[in-house]
Amino acid sequence: MDCTSSEQDTRTPLPSTARDGLKIVIVGGFGVGKTTMVRSVSEIRPLSTEETMTQAGVGIDDGASHGKTTTTVAFDFGRISLNEHMVLYLFGAPGQERFWFLWDRLFAGTLGAVVLVDTDRLADSWYSIDRLEHHGTPFIVARNNFGRPEHTLDQVRQALDLSPHVPLIDCDARRRDSSKTVLLTLVHHLFALSSVRETTP
Amino acid sequence: MTREDLHREDPDRLYTVTGGRSRANESALDLVTLIVSEGEPVPGMQSEHVKILRLCRHPTAMVEVSSVLGLPVSVVKILLCDLLDTGRITARHPSSAPVDAGLPDLETLKQVLVGLHKL
Repeated sequence: MDCTSSEQDTRTPLPSTARDGLKIVIVGGFGVGKTTMVRSVSEIRPLSTEETMTQAGVGIDDGASHGKTTTTVAFDFGRISLNEHMVLYLFGAPGQERFWFLWDRLFAGTLGAVVLVDTDRLADSWYSIDRLEHHGTPFIVARNNFGRPEHTLDQVRQALDLSPHVPLIDCDARRRDSSKTVLLTLVHHLFALSSVRETTP
Repeated sequence: MTREDLHREDPDRLYTVTGGRSRANESALDLVTLIVSEGEPVPGMQSEHVKILRLCRHPTAMVEVSSVLGLPVSVVKILLCDLLDTGRITARHPSSAPVDAGLPDLETLKQVLVGLHKL
């Protein structure tokens, strides 16, 4: 007999009243601090899992996609119990192009997204921003910034060709209060968008 | 990164775990659908089913089940569908999620804000 209770004892279970799961996706390039941000606000140690999907050859123009391809993608997540019924899951998602067909399915129904950027590697975020805009997924951009920034946020906005309507803020993903501010900024943004929609039939 | 090589599973093993089925009623289960056991494991049950029933004594999101079992989400979906079909678990589907890439409703967002402020 294996001792399955040991793995359970280390977990923080949800209350029996929990019934409504919500999600927010944190998108960003490798090493930008997605997991760090999830860890700083999550009530559980970030967990990791994988999804494997087989995709019939799509029009990826690399000349090598014939027939079916299988993609495996790993992602991290954490969670925040919002109240006795609602649980918010935060997913850290690598933003590379080849993973997007997975995000489309896995993250359907997300409240919104945070694009986490590193000023030194802004180009890593172009594709993610493009796709979020294309899908109509509401998002904000947060620059993970510790130390003295070399660029102003206005310069970052220009470099990303970001619409003036998309909030852009600085954060330190290691700090809980800072990551909390990022999430609140996203939800306030969603609230504003949703209010406009409800008053303009 | 906390990425571990937990899931470098042999495809043959995954085939065995799922009894060779490749598709369950996937659309019904979301990553954050909360799974709840409706009973205790019984002798002779497949070990993955036993683990799920023990894990889900408390509500547990499908993605957490996947992580704890060390199996890809698509495989866990199939295992969960087995248990749903036999009534051994129930699924609490997300009820506030926006549909079709729409916006969440204001009441949901208010509750999210209140919850986040308490962090």
